[in-house]
Amino acid sequence: MHPMDFEYVSSPTLSDAVRQYTRFAQLGKRPMYFGGGTEIITLGRLHQVNPDAVIDLKPIPETQVMAVQQGQLVLGGSITLTQITDAPWLGEAFPLLQETVHEIADRTARNKITIAGNICGTIFYREAVLPFLVCDSKVRTYGPKRGKERSIHRVFNREARLEPSEFIVQLVTDETARTAPFVHIKRRKAGRVGYPIVSAAAIRIDDRIRIAFSGVCPFPFRSSAIETILRQRGLTVRQRVDQAIQRIPSHLILDDYEASRAYRTFVLANVLEEILQRLGGA
Amino acid sequence: MSEAFSPWNMAHFSTNGSETTVVGHSVGRKDTSLKVTGHAKYTDDEIESDMLHAALLTSPHAHARILSMDRRRALQAPGVRAVLFGTDCPNHTGDPLADRPILAIDTVRYAGEPVAIVIADEFHQAAAALASIDVVYAPLPVVQSPKAAYEPNAPLLHPDVHTYRRNRAEANPIPGTNIATHVPIRKGHPDDVWASCDVIAEVEVSFPQAHHAYMETPAIIAEIDPDGEMHITTSTQSPFTIPSLIHETFDVNPSQVRVHVPFVGGGFGGKSSPYLEPLVVAASKAVGGRKVKLRCEREHAMQTLPCHIGLEAKVRLGAKRDGRFVAVDITYWFDGGAYADRAVIVTRAAVQDCTGPYRIPHVRCDGFCMYTNHPPATAYRGFGHPEETFVIERAVDVLARQLHLDPLEIRRLNAIRTGDSTPTQTLLTGGRVGNVPGCIDHLKKLMEWDGRAVRREGSRIIAKGMCCSWKTSSTPPNASSGAIVRVNEDSTVTLLSGVVEIGQGTKTALAQMVAEVFAMSVDRVHVVLEVDTKEEPEHWKTVASRGTLLAGNAAVRAAIDAVRQLQETAAIVFQCRPSDVRISNGVASCAHEEKAIPIGDFKNGYAFPDGRSVGRMVIGRGSYTIEDVTPLDPETGRGSPGPEWTVAAQGVEIEYRPADCTYRVLRAFSVIDAGKVIHPALALGQVKGAMNMGLSLASREGYVYSGRGVVTNPQFRVYPIHRYGDQPEYHVVFLETPDEHAPWGLRGLGEHGLIGMPAALASALSNALGVDVNEMPMTSELLWRIQTGG
Amino acid sequence: MPKQEVSLSINGEQRMVVIRFADTLLEVLRGKLGLTGAKPGCNNGDCGACTVLIDTCPYKACIMLAVETVGHEITTVEGLHSTPIQQAFADCYAFQCGYCTPGFIMNAHALLQQHRVIDEYTIREWLESNICRCTSYEEIGEAVRTAARLRDARTAPSLDTSVDTQQRRDL
Ligand SMILES: Cc1cc2nc3c(=O)[nH]c(=O)nc-3n(C[C@@H](O)[C@H](O)[C@H](O)COP(=O)(O)OP(=O)(O)OC[C@H]3O[C@@H](n4cnc5c(N)ncnc54)[C@H](O)[C@@H]3O)c2cc1C
Ligand code: FES
Ligand code: FES
Repeated sequence: MHPMDFEYVSSPTLSDAVRQYTRFAQLGKRPMYFGGGTEIITLGRLHQVNPDAVIDLKPIPETQVMAVQQGQLVLGGSITLTQITDAPWLGEAFPLLQETVHEIADRTARNKITIAGNICGTIFYREAVLPFLVCDSKVRTYGPKRGKERSIHRVFNREARLEPSEFIVQLVTDETARTAPFVHIKRRKAGRVGYPIVSAAAIRIDDRIRIAFSGVCPFPFRSSAIETILRQRGLTVRQRVDQAIQRIPSHLILDDYEASRAYRTFVLANVLEEILQRLGGA
Repeated sequence: MSEAFSPWNMAHFSTNGSETTVVGHSVGRKDTSLKVTGHAKYTDDEIESDMLHAALLTSPHAHARILSMDRRRALQAPGVRAVLFGTDCPNHTGDPLADRPILAIDTVRYAGEPVAIVIADEFHQAAAALASIDVVYAPLPVVQSPKAAYEPNAPLLHPDVHTYRRNRAEANPIPGTNIATHVPIRKGHPDDVWASCDVIAEVEVSFPQAHHAYMETPAIIAEIDPDGEMHITTSTQSPFTIPSLIHETFDVNPSQVRVHVPFVGGGFGGKSSPYLEPLVVAASKAVGGRKVKLRCEREHAMQTLPCHIGLEAKVRLGAKRDGRFVAVDITYWFDGGAYADRAVIVTRAAVQDCTGPYRIPHVRCDGFCMYTNHPPATAYRGFGHPEETFVIERAVDVLARQLHLDPLEIRRLNAIRTGDSTPTQTLLTGGRVGNVPGCIDHLKKLMEWDGRAVRREGSRIIAKGMCCSWKTSSTPPNASSGAIVRVNEDSTVTLLSGVVEIGQGTKTALAQMVAEVFAMSVDRVHVVLEVDTKEEPEHWKTVASRGTLLAGNAAVRAAIDAVRQLQETAAIVFQCRPSDVRISNGVASCAHEEKAIPIGDFKNGYAFPDGRSVGRMVIGRGSYTIEDVTPLDPETGRGSPGPEWTVAAQGVEIEYRPADCTYRVLRAFSVIDAGKVIHPALALGQVKGAMNMGLSLASREGYVYSGRGVVTNPQFRVYPIHRYGDQPEYHVVFLETPDEHAPWGLRGLGEHGLIGMPAALASALSNALGVDVNEMPMTSELLWRIQTGG
Repeated sequence: MPKQEVSLSINGEQRMVVIRFADTLLEVLRGKLGLTGAKPGCNNGDCGACTVLIDTCPYKACIMLAVETVGHEITTVEGLHSTPIQQAFADCYAFQCGYCTPGFIMNAHALLQQHRVIDEYTIREWLESNICRCTSYEEIGEAVRTAARLRDARTAPSLDTSVDTQQRRDL
């Protein structure tokens, strides 16, 4: 139940979406793009987001693409998490993504949650971004300056960094990274549905492990400093793990109802150790 | 034989007989088709176009003075009809202690406390207007734990506690302290015998408050007729207590209050005390008696409504070298939250059974129900007994370890039996207590106990843990139930009973009992599933597993009464003695007559073909008031808290991974002495469901308070209760040692599956870790902290 | 205008209804169309009590706007009649208070329609979207397996739906 009223429009094309957004903004209204809508609806009920209008992006054909084009996997922003977990061919094309999003929410919710909506959300887990971070994927956006393609790292740093009327159209991922050896581990307080204490996605390319985290801090991140330490020879696994964790400013490590800071750090250490073992970095 | 049965023996029927055709068999639930088609109506399913909708504004602070409140902007908002503050309805409410204003006045005492209610045409309008109410608070120091509340210099939450209206038998607050009630037990010579103990186990236990997690969040609809009659439709386990509460709160006649209860989507004790009903009545008054609905959001259910009680406790258990228990000394500091509600009675219930089902000659126990700045606490499945069991069983385990005794054997050695007495010095005569040693023996087989609690399997540890439990009802001495049985034209019968169908299937069990008396198929017995306090005879409360005892006795008596009336009229028709008339399969017959007459023909007396008629309309009535309950002495606790004790032995088997302190419950076991199982499938479902709930509570549930006393995890998203697949394998066995007061000897069992689960899990985890686990919830984080001292 | 009259296709009927754009499907079904089978348990997407089918896929009606369903076929529990899963819920005593039941039934019904062969892994993957506080979950799992057998007996008697219990259990 959304206590506040808002307008709803559904956009058939990329340019229409931006036009609608601009029109509302010019009228002094707060528009929001609407993917699965799960976050807008649930936070709206608690008065935590209050759009005057929502612009549904799902009808835009470009946001519904799911294909390999010249070795690049192109995924539209409106693709739901269930579409990803249920596409058998993605099990080969991007298994890390499949495994990571499978652990988000529950199946019925995944029928509704979209990749772009998850990545651009304000609830700070945004776990779907992890595979794209480690794969150095590219993001195609559409905005006032029309279409753009940029590295995920330019578009996403702790949270999505988009211009006001800009939105994610597609995520593009190279074959090398998305088919590399991978691990995803999610640890929760209890059970199999729920937010992470630690969620980590990792791949190995040559002797480098790339790794991104959610749940550790109030934002997902990938850190080259951590990756460098994890690669250091001459240190035991435990030493590398401990040094890697020291790179995370401890005040940024979450301390809440899911887990205390100290316990979360313990879980993170275990997860890192397991990843090193499984990816052969040990 | 007990008095209770003597009137029945006049009829041809006795519920002592072991031969039954309906009772003891699994039949279809009476609510099946409504529930699988979505047609079962719950309170919020009542939707009318002229209904107004209410939304609650609650306090963000756990303890604060209210400096100012301003509703002017809210009153201008679209659709808003009224905005109420505490000062508009300054009545206090609460049973057994009227310590709570309907809406906060001057002070808020917990985060989530209602401070205003908005009434509007549409729910979204009421919810939107909440943001336009301006309240200014000045935060006060927060009392975060019951022990902190007990400190002599703790801030006083209720300085005027001595002025509150109260039920003196149930609430014993100590003015000048935060003690909402104190319940003592002094049995034997608890202070003199410690020197004679060879070994003493000392344990401290604690757990935070938790949520009932009934799936239906409470909803209440109130309307006041022009003639002053109040109609309340609500999701409650205790409709018959509401008229008197409204009477005490608003000074209206109880008979002017009519309470209607449709289906209730789970209660587990959380809907046993009326909490927001007075507020919705006030809301309806504010809009000229119009119909107003309030539906609680899940966040309200978790932050505003009463919850499972929290506890800090310490126990000393002393024994002889051979394992015989000598004395116990227990102190409970219950976290009753900001308002006492039923927490004071939960405290009493824990105290009165504090030893668990063990023979301990010397008992000292002090139960304090403490005021804190947490949400209020109320009844929760097990009512003080999962709590009491957790405390004593931790001590029993520690003692067994200190003495190098088998934990199962030490329990068997000390098991309470007929002839022993309880902590309240109730002598357990006859069938008042179930068969504890029998339960332990069955548990031993069921969980393949060979004395070894721990087994290593590679990097994992398989560990077992166990406990025993008991429970009596804690009802007031006059808890009663009534029933009416009507005979219908089509030779079916209809049973009216005030029991609320909260899912436990009581109405199906009652129908089985009536069918048994009528010697006919249960399909011919109709039950009225909803309850209306002006239509159904009173039933005390649908709590404490008492439904089948109280209402069962009443229903059986009503059925016997109806049968007797049928026999009397039929005897005239058949010209035989009433006792020669047989009622079965919907017809009356007599050995001397060829003819069999459908019972429907006797509905309004019997009309002969020539127009003459004999007899009267058949209305069977029955009632039952609990027996053998007396109040506890305020100094020693001496008294009789309940008529009988259901006992159980329970266990779990877990798989623990020391590397990351995670575990899984593999199997859970319950052996319960059910007296008599009326409906095997329902009984099994009740017990397994309760075990599931108990394991969920013990392993992962609990409020996490912020440093300022706010519950930070008030959504299922962050309050991870068991979902499909989290459950273990269940193993359940019933023993049948009859309780002679109850129909067919049945004992309550709706709660017993839960009671021992926390203790059994703690036992298994303590065995796995080799260190005692004395807290809940037993999350991996807790185990990590215990294992590493982290 | 944040309100509009729309036509929704529900349980095979076209229903005209005036909605606020901000209304969730759950509110419209219950408050405006009198279809109270879908229940609010959390209004937050967490409990599954509000589950309905859009076309053939289960969704939580509390996290879907009513306007999003225009042009799609909505099925609520009131639209199911004597389905195998309803029968199985009755036979297996897979409910107590019944509040979670419509949500479980809708989800399980979709599962049965989408999967010819249902293994334990898939049952868990689907059903962990719903919360039941009363039952032990064992009865609900049994109901799904029973319904699969009932369904097969009604349609293709030769299909083997024997449920593989161990495989992928720990996944
Ligand atoms: C029961 C449940 C459990 C959950 N558990 C987890 C979990 O464990 N881990 C986790 O990471 N998440 C979890 N979530 C997801 C949750 O945090 C969000 O609700 C979800 O990710 C939002 O996705 P959506 O498609 O519904 O986005 P929307 O609600 O549509 O949008 C979210 C935000 O993204 C913006 N947006 C949407 N699409 C675009 C676009 N194409 N370009 C730019 N901006 C856009 C919107 O304007 C809005 O600000 C859970 C959700 C539920 C309901
Ligand atoms: S009400 Fe929709 S998921 Fe709980
Ligand atoms: S039957 Fe009550 S919640 Fe499932």
